[in-house]
Amino acid sequence: MLLNGVRTAAIVRGRVCGADEMERSMAVSLRESVQLVSDPRNLDASVEEVFRMMLGVNCQRETGSVSMEPESVTAVVGFGGLLSGACVFRSGSVAAMKIAGNMTGMEFTEIDDIVKDGIGEICNMLAGAWKGKVPELAANCGLSVPAVITGRDYNLHVQAPEFQLHHSYRFESIGFEVTIVCDGLQ
Amino acid sequence: MSEIRTLIVDDSSVMRKIVERALRQAGLDPLVVHEAGSGTEGLDILKAKDVDLILSDINMPSMDGLEFLRQIRAQNLAPGVPVVMITTESSEEHVKQAIQAGAQGYIRKPFTAEQVKERVLPLVHAA
Repeated sequence: MLLNGVRTAAIVRGRVCGADEMERSMAVSLRESVQLVSDPRNLDASVEEVFRMMLGVNCQRETGSVSMEPESVTAVVGFGGLLSGACVFRSGSVAAMKIAGNMTGMEFTEIDDIVKDGIGEICNMLAGAWKGKVPELAANCGLSVPAVITGRDYNLHVQAPEFQLHHSYRFESIGFEVTIVCDGLQ
Repeated sequence: MSEIRTLIVDDSSVMRKIVERALRQAGLDPLVVHEAGSGTEGLDILKAKDVDLILSDINMPSMDGLEFLRQIRAQNLAPGVPVVMITTESSEEHVKQAIQAGAQGYIRKPFTAEQVKERVLPLVHAA
């Protein structure tokens, strides 16, 4: 694994230069990663790219939160490796059906397996596009397969993340939220 | 042009349909598509059917796309048939791994039909 390669390189430097040098070298690397990874523009650019290329629509960032129907669809793709955490996509059920409809050219009247599959893929592409903005992460951070949750009136809670980006977006009359949760950065 | 028999391997049925649509938009017509939801299913199809083109996701449960590709080569299935990986993984390292495993092309998700046309058509015409 390249992740191990990164660690090994730091340890080798430590042997040559001493433990202090090793710690300093790893700390610099971490600081650089945090600054790049937590840049909110990367998330906006990823959302814009995925929705433009896969749905042919332009998304606008919303300043506040979007109003959400009681029944919603949430997709989660986990990050593992250099960064651990998750990319979370959430929309109301009508919005999810509209998004899946744009992706497939089909019409949906309920949240069936195709809609869940489509929303899972959107989340997967958002996660991939977002980590791809930082070369270090692109190579050293893996993605889980998407998990999709449907239901009414539920909340997502993450305890004390290292950082979190929570943005709302809109295209046409459709609103949705994308959250990046980082609970560990090596 | 004779029909182009294509195997699309992706655990997402929606992505399989999107890839098929992009191939048709790219001008691959007539197109016969075989779909597989995993690398294992893809191998079973290749043992039973001849294809002219293979497109595969990488990040899949049970058997990922890279292992699928290695198994194609190890079992000498579909010799000479171009394989294009379509995946969210975009680092140089992932591309290198795919090429080493025997892929001829690499398309990053999200993609446009134009990108599919640019990367896939030359491979089909050369095969």
